[in-house]
Amino acid sequence: MKETKIFEKPKSMVDVTTHYCPGCTHGVAHRLVAEIIDELGIQEKTVAVAPVGCAVFLYNYINVDAYEAAHGRAPAVASACKRLLPDHIVFSYQGDGDLASIGMAEIVHAANRGEHITVVFLNNAIYGMTGGQMAPTTLVGQKATTCPLGRDPKLAGYPIRMCEMLSTLQAPAYIARVSVAKPKYTLKAKEALRKAFQTQIDGKGFSFVEILSTCPTNWGLRPVDATNWLEEHMMPEFPLGEFKTPA
Amino acid sequence: MAKGRVGVNEERCKSCGLCVAACPMKVLRISDKINSKGYRPVEQFKEGCIACKMCAITCPDVVLEVFLLEDDKACNA
Amino acid sequence: MGKRFLMKGNEALAEAAIHAGCKYFFGYPITPQNEIPEYMSKKLPEIGGVYLQAESEVAAINMIFGAAGTGKRVMTSSSSPGVSLMSEGISYIAGAELPCVLMNIMRGGPGLGGILPSQSDYFQATRGGGHGDYRLLVLAPSTVQEAVDLTMLAFDLAEKYRSPVMILADGFMGQMMEAVEFNETHMDGLPDPAEWAVGYMKQRGSRALVKSLYLDPEELEAHNWKLQAKYAEMTKNEKRHESYLADDAEILIAAYGTVARIARTAINELRAEGVKVGLFRPISLFPFPYEPLEALPKSVKQILTVEMSCGQMIEDIRLGVGKDMPVSMYGRVGGMTPSVEEIKDQVRKALGR
Repeated sequence: MKETKIFEKPKSMVDVTTHYCPGCTHGVAHRLVAEIIDELGIQEKTVAVAPVGCAVFLYNYINVDAYEAAHGRAPAVASACKRLLPDHIVFSYQGDGDLASIGMAEIVHAANRGEHITVVFLNNAIYGMTGGQMAPTTLVGQKATTCPLGRDPKLAGYPIRMCEMLSTLQAPAYIARVSVAKPKYTLKAKEALRKAFQTQIDGKGFSFVEILSTCPTNWGLRPVDATNWLEEHMMPEFPLGEFKTPA
Repeated sequence: MAKGRVGVNEERCKSCGLCVAACPMKVLRISDKINSKGYRPVEQFKEGCIACKMCAITCPDVVLEVFLLEDDKACNA
Repeated sequence: MGKRFLMKGNEALAEAAIHAGCKYFFGYPITPQNEIPEYMSKKLPEIGGVYLQAESEVAAINMIFGAAGTGKRVMTSSSSPGVSLMSEGISYIAGAELPCVLMNIMRGGPGLGGILPSQSDYFQATRGGGHGDYRLLVLAPSTVQEAVDLTMLAFDLAEKYRSPVMILADGFMGQMMEAVEFNETHMDGLPDPAEWAVGYMKQRGSRALVKSLYLDPEELEAHNWKLQAKYAEMTKNEKRHESYLADDAEILIAAYGTVARIARTAINELRAEGVKVGLFRPISLFPFPYEPLEALPKSVKQILTVEMSCGQMIEDIRLGVGKDMPVSMYGRVGGMTPSVEEIKDQVRKALGR
């Protein structure tokens, strides 16, 4: 019998155990980004901007030039880096607290300027690193440590749909929402990420991929149950699909 | 149907079970072993892998490698 | 002598930065420094640089973080409330050891305060507006020519120490017009950005990390001591001051920036009356030039600090002279300025005349 390896760790991924909780799909999103970097052959000219939040150690797992941005400011850091290094591929990787709460101004304006950066937005509807507080994307009725009875829209409004919101802007070139909860979604997520990076490489402008992701620990669910919960509850609120594609 | 095999980096596995749920042929399970972090790593406990990679695609910790198995004859032909 | 240009202070600061090799500016409008970004928005595209108006000072300073991480010469400018907003980012820049030049054209505070000149951000600049044990190298020009020279120096020092350097000027300095010349200088032996900055992975063979997070307390302590060693090195090498008619003075006026030049006129007029008065003018506010205060001429019996604040630099003066030397303070604030006559009256009062 002849054995051919058909799946292995991407070369640009560092060979270490991540700090993520068991079943957290940050790891899947990291791997997809690393696979794209390998497949596009851009490792040596890619710059990552890590957020504050669970993904702050992104640079420990993907071996590219990297910044660790202040909370929410990754799009500003990435914008400037890309303007100074236009031949490099610059992406930020941000969670929902980082991007849709404290960093709302930076993401909206980077998108509106049509910065030639790629933003990978992990939406797991909760603050992970700080221990499960309510996020701007927390679903109505979803319990979190700072809304123990569930998010009440009378007090805290409704979950923010970033893709829909950014799609109202003229400048962004590519906007898509995907998920990595199950393999069938993950395959599509990779294609969206590839398009996003290719959009930047082709000089077509701002690209944004929102990835619906699980947080089993703070959702209080077992990993497999979390993937089902995401399908049943998050997907209706945050529909998957492409919202903008380059002309 | 293609034949395959799943390789497990046992030290990296966090026992989350996503691959077990993802496998269409149900050839994976959480083993009785314990790794240095205290997790029980996944294992392929029976034949029947079809090299579809669903387990590796869903694994958040890049624990799995997937091999396609082919007859030498078929290869040479 | 080189070619001289009549320029507004803010524009001269901007032009000096361009002469120093700065091609990248990120900022947000705020009075009274708007001529700096306006000048940059016109000039930088002409030389292949980048001018970008950020959505806020918060974004602007984080753009500086991103730009400075590439090792290229970058700057921003703002005024007091804007610098407060930038302070978090400045802490990150100091923590990540990035070189950049910051300009604070101070206006009156606190809060929204006013838009007229002030020196009330001395504490913020020299003690650190942001969190953590960091320092800015702070340079305070007193003329537009000195603003030009210090700006060029600031870029060299920022690279030398891989540290943010602040030009601390007041609104007068930004708005007044004076003749200036641009004398090219360049410090030798500055570190090569290829050794540490992003964008050189292929050439260097390893990636760069621009970061300030050290969760391991031993690592963070070591990082802090490394920064402190750098500040000690700055303190050893970069103290700058000017003394004027100090050698036989009975009373020394301590003032910096615009106030120092008003004080100089007062000193000249008082000298004409026979009053033995001199000037001590710190040029670097961090590191502060304490030594001349520790070894004052024997004739000096007291110090009068004059500031456009309620008394901030006076604390450094007191640290320098020790508890035996009487130190008094005269301040005008909120955009009000000490006049020559007021300073003369204060000197006479201090001397009991």
